[in-house]
Amino acid sequence: MTSQILPARANPPAAAPLRRFFSEYGHECVVALAILVLLVGVGLYNPRFISARNLGSIFSGNAYVAIAAIGMTILIVMRQIDLSVGALIGVLATISGSIAVSGAPIWLAWLAPVLCGMAINAVSGLLVAYAGIPAIVVTLGMMAVLQGGLISVTGGAWISNLPADFLLAKMAVFGLPMPLVWAIVLTIAAGLWLRLTPYGRSFYLIGGNAEAARAVGLPVRRRIVMAFVIHGAFAGLATLMFATQLQVIQSTTPPNLELLVITASVIGGVSILGGTGTVFGSSLAAVLFAAIGSALIFVNVSAYWQRAFIGALILLTVGADMLRRRRAASAGGK
Amino acid sequence: MTDQSPPPHSGGGYDARVPVLALRDISKSFGSIRALRSAQLDLYPGEVHALMGENGAGKSTLVKIIAGMHAPSGGQILVAGQETRLPSPRAATQAGIAVVHQELLLFPELTVAENVFSGHYPRRGGVIDWAGMRARARDLLADLDCHDLDVDRRVGTLSVAMRQRVEIARALNQNARVLILDEPTAALGESDAERLLEIVLRLRRRGVGIVYVSHRMNEIFRIADRMTVLRDGSWIGTREAASTTEADLVSMMVGRAVDQVFPKISVPIGGPVLQVAGLTGGPLVRDASFTLHRGEILGIAGLVGSGRTELAQTLFGITPAKSGTIRLNGQDLRIGSPRAARDAGIAYVPEDRGHQGLVKPMTIRENISMAVLDRISPAGFVRRAHEAQLARRGFDRLGVRAAGIEQPVGQLSGGNQQKVVIAKWLETGPSVLILDEPTRGIDVGAKSEIHRLMGEMVSRGLSIIMISSELPEVLAMSDRILVIAEGRITATLTRDQATAETVGLAMTARKRTTA
Repeated sequence: MTSQILPARANPPAAAPLRRFFSEYGHECVVALAILVLLVGVGLYNPRFISARNLGSIFSGNAYVAIAAIGMTILIVMRQIDLSVGALIGVLATISGSIAVSGAPIWLAWLAPVLCGMAINAVSGLLVAYAGIPAIVVTLGMMAVLQGGLISVTGGAWISNLPADFLLAKMAVFGLPMPLVWAIVLTIAAGLWLRLTPYGRSFYLIGGNAEAARAVGLPVRRRIVMAFVIHGAFAGLATLMFATQLQVIQSTTPPNLELLVITASVIGGVSILGGTGTVFGSSLAAVLFAAIGSALIFVNVSAYWQRAFIGALILLTVGADMLRRRRAASAGGK
Repeated sequence: MTDQSPPPHSGGGYDARVPVLALRDISKSFGSIRALRSAQLDLYPGEVHALMGENGAGKSTLVKIIAGMHAPSGGQILVAGQETRLPSPRAATQAGIAVVHQELLLFPELTVAENVFSGHYPRRGGVIDWAGMRARARDLLADLDCHDLDVDRRVGTLSVAMRQRVEIARALNQNARVLILDEPTAALGESDAERLLEIVLRLRRRGVGIVYVSHRMNEIFRIADRMTVLRDGSWIGTREAASTTEADLVSMMVGRAVDQVFPKISVPIGGPVLQVAGLTGGPLVRDASFTLHRGEILGIAGLVGSGRTELAQTLFGITPAKSGTIRLNGQDLRIGSPRAARDAGIAYVPEDRGHQGLVKPMTIRENISMAVLDRISPAGFVRRAHEAQLARRGFDRLGVRAAGIEQPVGQLSGGNQQKVVIAKWLETGPSVLILDEPTRGIDVGAKSEIHRLMGEMVSRGLSIIMISSELPEVLAMSDRILVIAEGRITATLTRDQATAETVGLAMTARKRTTA
């Protein structure tokens, strides 16, 4: 019995590299296109909008959102979520600022938020992975603990008189603002790491189907904890770009920051259902928000509209994602 | 090949000359994809009409159109001779059409009685008539010969077979004249499947028209009066069961002659590869001892819940053994995790490929490489060229039909998905491959391909343990058969000793002695 019962149908030739790029990064291209359209459109209306000075300030002022969204993207790819990231950044900023004004070495003030972010998120991660509590519950609790703790400890006092050499976000590398450089470097590094290493791939496999990942020997729980820890580190890095922009650090948490970060991930193409999405998309989405916010001012629309715009954008992208999935599902046979 | 046979025997007192349901030239497109073109179906009262075809042939689409879940793009639907539109599931119910879907649509937190009446609770004086509802539910279930089902039990606590009966009772409660059963036995063991067939025959005697979707040939030939075959969305033909052979039907389904349903290659059996002694673990693996030889296909037969799958999962380290020994190629192994099993050379293709086997949003390439990612990433980076080469090799070797290795596996048909899972495990270079229900829910063509591949794999020196609920498959493919009942091996039969009777007897052996 060697005759082949069903001769393998000739497979169509592999898609051209360019087509493959678009099919793989289609969503990222759409976001990039939206940014471009916005820049050109508003730039024609008011050329000052696309002056190097304005663009520099838009992007570096919001780079921290992109940096925090990198970690959030990894979490959402794993089918997890962190609602406490806004509160966490508030706490980390206060920790960092307090160290900076205490006279301790500046590098410690920079290192501390990263380490504290990792430690705090390790707690969340352990609760999710080993106690089996859903991430939305754990991080909701963590958010309340962090917010309440922060206000109780500081009594609402602001930290001022920050030393000038602490203000990392005001520095420049090769003439480019530091936050912009960080956002670009971290996005590319994280994006390549996720794409090229087995460790990075394992996040997508586990997010796509944890059972199947476990069956091939991937340590699912350990990876969940690591995703939280990595996200904590990015929250720490985001804090540095956020807290060192001004001369003072408010001891309250930036309102709704977690939603902005989650939104960046979702609009950047990270499926809330897990398993897909890239940090390139989330960073581009953060850029898009920043551009929308600033553009509204340049066309004389109240900045409050920014939130409504971003909200509509969420509904639009998630809706498009669902539609695309349904299409793909019905195209797949039945 | 397109012919129409006359109506079958008449059923109890109904006008058998008018089809209770007739579909004329039904077509359906999803975007640019034509799922159905010009499909035909006539269903008479008191008829069991099998709807057959490979995966992707359009059966599910047709069922969904009848159920009012999809609107057809063209064609006519006639209910008892009247042209009818079925714009919603509610409209279908009102037209007397009930559908028991493959995924049962019940409310697990409610009782059996509440589920039977869901949506139409009987009322008395404006409030729900609980006593009447329970009595009526009891009657309906008794009608189905299900006296053993407690109407106050929560549906979530019932077995799949019991839940299915609840769903059938619900369909009958709605006075269905047409009952559609979509692969009703796919998730059932032998004896539950048997009971379901009896229920179907009972309903036929009462004059219900039944559309029966199944891949299982022996069932179809036992109960169907006529069969309609679809292929690639087109209607191929409708035949009388009495004048059709299995081979005819298969060739209608795949569009060419399939010479043998179970191609078995004889391969010389070598020395022992896997020796298991006294293996115990969990409630359902008790003192299992057996030997697997090089080039052998060892079949494992047993009822659902007998411990077949649990034995496989113990060997693979998903639920590690409490005691006993496993020797692989002469070396004692301690298998504490799937990773340890993989590294030792054991691979496991799980029963539920969607749940445990595949990462559906990801590509064929990423799925095939996932079990060996660490091995193809020497410097901590996945070598993409190596990965693509390996994926393409598995893709070609197993004859996966897809647009290419970059297609997401979620878009493939069941048979092709199964091939991807097997390809994934072959990449780990196993000496023992455990296949748990390797052909469940996949169509005839893909099924015989997988059987052929099994033969190819053992002829290359692999040893296979195959678990299957389908007795004909076990009998035809295995060199030896282990029969399991209630966690114990009750018989080890050679190919010559094994018949449906000897295996069946051993499957229920323990039950009978303890009952």
